Amino acid sequence: MSEHSTYTPGNAVEKWLDDRLPVVRFAKEHLMDFPTPKNLNYWWTFGAILVMCLGVQIVTGVILAMHYTPNVGMAFNSVEFIKRDVNGGRIIQATHAVGASMFFVALYIHIFRGLFYGSYKAPREIIWILGVLIFVLTMATAFMGYILPWGQMSFWGATVISNIFSAIPLVGENIKQLVLGGFAVGNPTLNRFFSLHYLLPFIIAAVVGLHIWALHVPGNNNPIGVEVKDSRDTVPFHPYYTMKDLFAMVLFMIPFAWFVFFAPDILGHPDNYIMANSMVTPAEIVPEWYLLPFYTILRAIDFNVLFIDSKLGGVIAMGGSMLMLLIVPWLDTSKVRSGSFRPMFKWFFALFVINFIGLMYLGAQPAEGIYVTLAKVCTAFYFIYFLVVLPVLSRIETPRPLPTSISESVLGKAHA
Amino acid sequence: MATQVEHSSTNRRDFLYVATGAVGAVGAAAVVWPLINQLNPDASTLALASIEFDVSAIPEGQSVTITWRGLPVFVRHRTAVEIEEAKAVPLSDLKDPETDEQRTKEGYEQWLVMIANCTHLGCIPVGESGDFDGWFCPCHGSHYDSAGRIRRGPAPKNLVVPPYEFVSDTLIQIG
Repeated sequence: MSEHSTYTPGNAVEKWLDDRLPVVRFAKEHLMDFPTPKNLNYWWTFGAILVMCLGVQIVTGVILAMHYTPNVGMAFNSVEFIKRDVNGGRIIQATHAVGASMFFVALYIHIFRGLFYGSYKAPREIIWILGVLIFVLTMATAFMGYILPWGQMSFWGATVISNIFSAIPLVGENIKQLVLGGFAVGNPTLNRFFSLHYLLPFIIAAVVGLHIWALHVPGNNNPIGVEVKDSRDTVPFHPYYTMKDLFAMVLFMIPFAWFVFFAPDILGHPDNYIMANSMVTPAEIVPEWYLLPFYTILRAIDFNVLFIDSKLGGVIAMGGSMLMLLIVPWLDTSKVRSGSFRPMFKWFFALFVINFIGLMYLGAQPAEGIYVTLAKVCTAFYFIYFLVVLPVLSRIETPRPLPTSISESVLGKAHA
Repeated sequence: MATQVEHSSTNRRDFLYVATGAVGAVGAAAVVWPLINQLNPDASTLALASIEFDVSAIPEGQSVTITWRGLPVFVRHRTAVEIEEAKAVPLSDLKDPETDEQRTKEGYEQWLVMIANCTHLGCIPVGESGDFDGWFCPCHGSHYDSAGRIRRGPAPKNLVVPPYEFVSDTLIQIG
């Protein structure tokens, strides 16, 4: 899709620069002239929103690090100090904390968009795999960031999640000690998590660069999943999509701002307002909402399978639920890319979305009674969707006829 | 002369490639090792590895929680009923079979010393609760009996008994 550059340096300075470091040419090709399908809907704007979110987190995070103290005796109070005494600190801290949630809202929409419109299918497998990598890195970063305020949930969340390492046979306990830097979560843990929480976003930014690079080789997928055939199917990225993305960003910032200004703590757990105490466990350990579906899968396995005990089993299931995404391009072999033209897929996809929300709900409920059973059912369906539904549907489903081109589908709609 | 060397099947250059690669790999490993090892528990953490504790202040039927290596440790003065219950359980009922004798010191059956972290994912179970007159972990619903053995729920193992011994009749040394 990448057409030969039409950029001609406008003046002597640009010409001089272009012969040495062609950044202006790069920007022109990839951010302005880049031919983009003209039928992208608003689900596609979340890519740009995510870039904005990452930017917001890095900027606010760098500022917060100027005032935060990563020491078990001072961390909790330094966060309060930021909120009360630092000029504008209340807003900056809230933007960072709420920003994490907003980041995940956009991230999940972006992923589900990809799952529905078959954005993972050839020739875009690498984009998808890099995306899954970004997702996992972002979860790790968010988790380590959540530890830093050193509240009760921070501390016990770290304890529960680091215990995942101790499930590894034979060397698990040693690996856990290596990760924590002690026998339990403590000052060395807080220090290294702070260091890594500062580092990882830059690694994420680098992988985002690769993600976009891999996107700009085959070009964007689009809602009908039919490849671009000629130049009439596309419009230049600027101003058409820059403006559309900007508009979407403004809309996205309305709920974002509402949370920041009116309810900055509503997305967190009140127990994190109690300073970490290694002698008392909160009644319920509830992670942040965006980790809940995977947390439910982790604790849904409360039985032994052969030589795998329940703890290792839960860890394998949780890891598997994320790694499952990596092989989606090879599980769904349907020739039709977009879910819009797949009558049966549509329903199973809807069920999958509901099931995912169900997993999220169950993660916040106590592990007893009906919730335990439901968690197992939802976990089972999560895996069945990928391992059974997708491969079988690809074989038995008859898709609706596809439009011959993007232009035809757009113009056809206009006439109807 | 140069042509002769180039035509032989293995020449000096091949040797130099392999040798350089090998030295490079050893060098990289030597550099990586200290970078990983610094993550392990430091000297100040290891220094807290052993403590002594006087159990005489704990009346029968009560527990205290103390800290050892940054971990909470339960010390429970068990009642005769609890000891009876623990001994009466057949091993076949247990997920992680251990007798009550294996979990206490001979002659000191009333003292139960255990690391207070649930063996599932590390929460602290609540004492004197659960369905087996022992501990209950509210996080994911693991029930432990009066000897701290796992009876129901996702935890795979009994609560861990740390290495300890009675220095005197009332003084224990943990670690």
